[in-house]
Amino acid sequence: MVEALFWPALFGYGEAALAYASARTSRAATWGVRLGWLAQTALLVVQAVRTDGFPWATWSGSLNLFVWLVVGAYLIWGCRPTFRLLGLGVMPLAAVLFVVARLGGGTGAQGRADYSNLFLVLHVGFVLAAFAGFTLAAALAAVYLWQESRLRRRDTRILGLRLPPLQLLERLTKRMVAISLPLLTLGLVAGIVRQSRDGGGFDALEGVTALTWLVYGGFLLSRPVGRRAAYLALGGFALVIVARLALAGSHFA
Amino acid sequence: MKIALVGLSHHVASVELRERVALDRAAAAVFARSLGDAVCLSTCNRTEVYVSGMDEHAALVALEELAGESLEGVVYRLHDEAAALHLFRVAAGLDSLIPGEGEILGQVRDAYEAASPGPVLDHVFRDALSVGKRVRSETAIGESPASVSSAAAALAAQVFGELAGRRVLLVGAGRIGELAAANLASRGASIAYVVNRTVATAGELAARFGGEAVGLDGLATCLGDVDVVVTSTSAPELVLHAADVPARRHRPLFFIDIAVPRDVDPAIQGLDGCFLYDIDDLEAVVADTLAGRRVEAARAEQLVAAEADRFRTWLASLEVVPAIASLRARAEEIRSQELAKVQGRLSDSERRTVESVTAQILNKLLHLPTVRMKEAAVTASGAVYADAVRHLFGLEDER
Repeated sequence: MVEALFWPALFGYGEAALAYASARTSRAATWGVRLGWLAQTALLVVQAVRTDGFPWATWSGSLNLFVWLVVGAYLIWGCRPTFRLLGLGVMPLAAVLFVVARLGGGTGAQGRADYSNLFLVLHVGFVLAAFAGFTLAAALAAVYLWQESRLRRRDTRILGLRLPPLQLLERLTKRMVAISLPLLTLGLVAGIVRQSRDGGGFDALEGVTALTWLVYGGFLLSRPVGRRAAYLALGGFALVIVARLALAGSHFA
Repeated sequence: MKIALVGLSHHVASVELRERVALDRAAAAVFARSLGDAVCLSTCNRTEVYVSGMDEHAALVALEELAGESLEGVVYRLHDEAAALHLFRVAAGLDSLIPGEGEILGQVRDAYEAASPGPVLDHVFRDALSVGKRVRSETAIGESPASVSSAAAALAAQVFGELAGRRVLLVGAGRIGELAAANLASRGASIAYVVNRTVATAGELAARFGGEAVGLDGLATCLGDVDVVVTSTSAPELVLHAADVPARRHRPLFFIDIAVPRDVDPAIQGLDGCFLYDIDDLEAVVADTLAGRRVEAARAEQLVAAEADRFRTWLASLEVVPAIASLRARAEEIRSQELAKVQGRLSDSERRTVESVTAQILNKLLHLPTVRMKEAAVTASGAVYADAVRHLFGLEDER
């Protein structure tokens, strides 16, 4: 059953990743995102039903959930024709991470989770939702820098290959960070409560996550504009990558 | 021949000649009615008369009266499918000076609505409006700007998105600058200030756009309060320097320098949040969008050709429709006569049954010949079939 749902989801994401490359197939790409996301939603439901406990507490399992959150957030407004080129950045990443999650065993149904409690569910859920938001904010910031560079270079093709307007990109980047930071805060609080109750030492991933929180907190406080805001959003996302991919193994072990 | 077209356009006629035969909407409607079943499409680039059920000679004579000279060698004359295809291309903007320009579709609609066309012209104009709309919605031919002024507004939208509520500073009272400002205003931007060396001249333009007139000495002050700056002065030196731009702005500032020599210091492009496009940049952007339009025009031509093909089929069916109608009328007449003979010998129920059965027999009997004649109509043998049916069933008198 899980197998039967993984492949349609991957097919949808993969099709979208390729089809977003052309304006003529972008509608098909959007349908790929929608159908792929529905298939992954069904996969997550099956995992939740079949697993005794929280099924995404492993590194690869959380990566599966993370992909679902990223694509879900993208679906809210990213499928509009104006944001076609954002899909070109988000969907290949989603497809690759989904495959990585599968290779790590994160798309299967384990039967019984190694550990599970309410705080863990809240911790993983909130942190991953925040990271998904930061991922989209970074994608928007990258598109902002691209569009800004085209305007500065006076690219003659700027009206032929249209990107979203600069100010819209900046506004959405800030909105994504403003939504995601409180989620990260809640996730961190849940993690700290769990750690103080169950014990355990402070690891590198927690340090990087705290640093991520500080960077995005600084982002919201300093209210940067233009390129500065885009660079800061991308800087924060670099820390998310470190936390999500490089250090996650030690934390989940 | 069911439709004929006689006309002249920017392809073949000088602007002086086009001016002489140009008619406004009301005059074009009167002109068309004077000819009978006709529609007159008159714009700054063309005057075309579409007639139905008559020779186009009368239309040509009327046009020559307007022009005050013979139009032989200047006008084009097209008939039936060719005339329809031409109208479809016109409505789609494919025959325009700038491929894909959208104004022509409204002008075709105006011409059609102002006239009182018969069924054939009504059909071809409705098809033309439909294909014009399809071309605009199914291709990107009209999406990109085709002029410097519209490109300037489109570029501003690439920075700000919706231009509603954006404030524009217009420096200089030049014609191109005014056009750019009008384009920005048409997208919702407000012309906040008009700056000119002569304040009185600025005042006239400012009054037109609802802005404020300011002298050149107030230019730097206005910069802090606007989003878009359009410059088009004839000043021989720079009018706006990088030092004039407020140091810390929290929103972008977009400069459109249409003047030659340039008005805006190129160093402004290096300032954070500032974007500058001069006339060369704008023309390069327009050249690119026009190239894009030409690519889309090829797709539009396919749509138009398909529509013209459908129209050709419909037009051909007109050859056999009268014969089919006569055949059915004759059959119905015979049926009614035979029913009348037995009317008194049947009860109500029996009469209804006999009426129903005979009607069904007629329909079934005539169905296949009707279909075959319509099929034949799109081929060269359509008229032969129609004549054969008229001869076989004695319908010649009803022609």
